[in-house]
Amino acid sequence: MQQTMAEKILARAAAKKSVAPGELISARVDMALGNDITAPVAIQEFAKIGVEAVFDRERIALIPDHFTPSKDIKTAQQVQLMRQFARKHGIAHYYEVGRMGIEHALLPELGLVLPGDVVIGADSHTCTYGALGAFATGVGSTDLAAVMATGEIWFKVPPTVRLVFEGHPRPWVSGKDFILYAIGQLGVDGARYTALEFTGPAIENLDMDGRFTVSNMAIEAGAKVGLIPPDEVTGRYLQGRARRPYQFITGDDGAPVQEEHRWDVSELEPQVACPFSPANTRPVSEVAGTPLDQVVIGSCTNGRIEDLRQAARFLEGKKVHPRVRLIVIPATQAVYLQALREGLLEIFTLAEAAVSTPTCGPCLGGHMGILAEEETALATTNRNFVGRMGHPKSKVYLAGPAVAAASAVAGCIAPPEETVEVS
Amino acid sequence: MQVIKGRVWTFGDDIDTDVIIPARYLNTTDPSELAAHCMEDADPRFAGKVSAGDVIVAGRNFGCGSSREHAPLAIKAAGISCVIAESFARIFYRNAINIGLPILESAEASSCLKEGDMVEIDLARGEIKDITGGRRFTAAAFPPFMQEIMRCGGLINYTREKVKNGD
Repeated sequence: MQQTMAEKILARAAAKKSVAPGELISARVDMALGNDITAPVAIQEFAKIGVEAVFDRERIALIPDHFTPSKDIKTAQQVQLMRQFARKHGIAHYYEVGRMGIEHALLPELGLVLPGDVVIGADSHTCTYGALGAFATGVGSTDLAAVMATGEIWFKVPPTVRLVFEGHPRPWVSGKDFILYAIGQLGVDGARYTALEFTGPAIENLDMDGRFTVSNMAIEAGAKVGLIPPDEVTGRYLQGRARRPYQFITGDDGAPVQEEHRWDVSELEPQVACPFSPANTRPVSEVAGTPLDQVVIGSCTNGRIEDLRQAARFLEGKKVHPRVRLIVIPATQAVYLQALREGLLEIFTLAEAAVSTPTCGPCLGGHMGILAEEETALATTNRNFVGRMGHPKSKVYLAGPAVAAASAVAGCIAPPEETVEVS
Repeated sequence: MQVIKGRVWTFGDDIDTDVIIPARYLNTTDPSELAAHCMEDADPRFAGKVSAGDVIVAGRNFGCGSSREHAPLAIKAAGISCVIAESFARIFYRNAINIGLPILESAEASSCLKEGDMVEIDLARGEIKDITGGRRFTAAAFPPFMQEIMRCGGLINYTREKVKNGD
């Protein structure tokens, strides 16, 4: 029986020859992750299980990234709890301010999540690592606690929904536009409990940063994972980076899938998700002119070097509109340093943008750019629910870095084509 | 498992975890603090109105979005005894079972029950009795091993037993 990529990865982790959708399995975990919101609960629950040590100190990552550098005393206490736990148990991958980054940018960058892995994270955007061909999925704190103790987790094997992206996109159309379009087509629960598999020439032509963006938002359609079959692009990315041996696992030809959608992205416009749902997606031309108070470029979705390069192309020699606050947040220290060396941070600063140290910050309404009542933001982040970035009566539009940068200059939502000529 | 009796509070489709417990309150793990802000961005007065034993009835995809376990913790600590929905987002579903917050999937109950209805729920049988409207609904049964987690009172107790038995 032919199996999909998701089934083959899970079969291996469950030490079985094959698995089928709907089957309940216990899988061995290659990497488990928690952050400053979810790890403190996991640490409290871990203590109740009654084991002395974690299952493997090399296979746990604890990353304080959501409210750090600690925004208040309570946050500082939470991070202190993580730090003490990490020291006590010798957790190999605990990263402090100054060395850290947003978890889903940092773990791939450090070569800690690899093709064929089963990764669980107490953070819903753990699905990001699907871009490397890992079965990576978000869970809660109690699941993380049990995995820290046992190294195993139960899964229901998901059916696969394949999304095939065909054609050659227009300039300024990126991974963010593909995934926003897909979520708009599927709806926020259109892929609930399924393994999304992103394939086709337009996905193959994306660099790794673009692929991470695509997989990152699989959860926004309700999916368990967002897999991209590993290829030469994946292999190049992992060169000199991978910390363990790994194996590419791809699906068998002819493996049955639950659904397949084919979309030609040749004529796709840059996409914008309007309040209050990531599935409320429109072509940018339909919402152009919407006035903005704030623009945020960053997050686990779009805070990588290619995202910053794209934004900088629009901001070079320009000023952010006087009514707009532009906040740029490189996702990791390495991205920050690279942007510094390439002169991107100078471009942003001269354009009168604020550049922040890595943090999830405003994406979830944590800190570093909270919205007031009736304010509107456009962000390269992943969610635009009620109150997501601050006041319950504020609004968030989601888009890619090109639309974000063009809009910051225009003072309102703007198609990138109108502001910068394609070089 | 106990029989639940309480008043119904209704919510719509795609209730996300940011609405259940906004991130501005996630700098604590104290369930009582979280409970005080439960459902705040959908209904700012919810935490003050709800009585112990009450039931949330919602539409599709309840608990979508963030993995924050603070969401089911806030609901449980607010006194809600069970969440009935047409469907649940998968992380919320896991989290609720793991922390021992009873949940039931029933499209029929989700569409028929109204705010203020009194319901009686037999969790072991998955039976929902609408006392106000005089109807009965049956929710889908959980797989045996999930029932075992629920019988233990959550994943931590379940794991502790497994570890103790050397599994």
